[in-house]
Amino acid sequence: MNTLEFTSLVCVGSFVAGLLGSLTGLGGGVVLVPLLTLFFKVDIRYAIGASLVSVIATSSGAAAAYVKEGFSNIRIGMFLEIATTFGALAGAFLATRIPTSAITIVFGVMLLYSAYLSRRPRSQAERNLPMNELATKLKMNGSFPEAGGIRHYNVQNVPTGFGLMFGAGTLSGLLGIGSGAVKVLAMDQAMKIPFKVSTTTSNFMIGVTAAASVGVYLSRGYVDPGLSMPVMLGVLIGSFLGSKILVEAETKWLRIIFSVVIAVLGFQMLYQGIMGRI
Amino acid sequence: MEWLKHWDDQRTENFIGNLLRVGVMLAASVVSFGAILFLHKYWRMPSDYRAFHGEPENFRTLSGIFHEATALHGRGIIQFGLVLLMATPIARVIFSVWAFTAERDRMYVGFTLIVLAVLLYSFLGTGI
Repeated sequence: MNTLEFTSLVCVGSFVAGLLGSLTGLGGGVVLVPLLTLFFKVDIRYAIGASLVSVIATSSGAAAAYVKEGFSNIRIGMFLEIATTFGALAGAFLATRIPTSAITIVFGVMLLYSAYLSRRPRSQAERNLPMNELATKLKMNGSFPEAGGIRHYNVQNVPTGFGLMFGAGTLSGLLGIGSGAVKVLAMDQAMKIPFKVSTTTSNFMIGVTAAASVGVYLSRGYVDPGLSMPVMLGVLIGSFLGSKILVEAETKWLRIIFSVVIAVLGFQMLYQGIMGRI
Repeated sequence: MEWLKHWDDQRTENFIGNLLRVGVMLAASVVSFGAILFLHKYWRMPSDYRAFHGEPENFRTLSGIFHEATALHGRGIIQFGLVLLMATPIARVIFSVWAFTAERDRMYVGFTLIVLAVLLYSFLGTGI
């Protein structure tokens, strides 16, 4: 394959990943590394570098749109970014020291987990929770506009959420993904933050988390301009288009199809990693 | 009073939204420009990322990337665009330090500075 063909194909693949990721809300980043390693035979280290770059692009692009709607909570985001950035550094540190087959196996498990998570019904956030002392001290409780007026919420279990966020950051730094799924889990399940607030705040945090590990990847020579260029541009255009076309009815089927794709890629990565081929 | 504070946060959020948008668009433009130069020159070359070699020094350090970009090398310009992209969240955190300072929220100025320190360490600390 010559450079023009390779660039075009990678760009189209990344475009589809970004489009589907944005339409389904599952994030395109998670399928990029398997796409590059399994189909384009790219070394997983280059793939992770390119994926991290595109994660920053989509997160910043989406956050720019969300942040203005007033759902995201800047204080929750900033406090938890302490955990995710330290985690991301730890992940990037790990990535340069463990064999690529181990990274591939972790990636496979992460994909299967994401597929499982996407099939689970979203839990209804409990309302009117009591004020939590630590969360109040950290000024995390907030409010957001809702159909019936302004809705207030009280954040819970800050230490658990903080710990989970460190894990999310480590996964992000190790695998080059946004790990939005784990971030939403920490905020949704542990900290009892309403879904709209947790998804938008998570998106907001992904860019900073990825930036914390991408510096390490850049200086280690994992970020290749020729590969990152089509990935970044493709994902960016795809996810931008995905955010513009909101087809509610078809999203349900798309989610099912996309989660099956994620699961299949997960098994593939697991297999390749265990066989030591990647 | 509570509403007033909320509006303050909202204005901060609006500014951050614009900052992120401009950063991403600028980065994407620079990367696209570099892509044209790169593909124009090398489109016939075989493409192979099977084996990991690591990038040369000039694509790994900020000074090297700047040198390559100012020499108008396609790949150098792409890499420079990617660095602009990586700088966007950092600019957002720097702005947040200022915003929390304006709100006299010392605790969050502290938290934000910790995040900023981690980010700068990632880019400037080569010991990891």
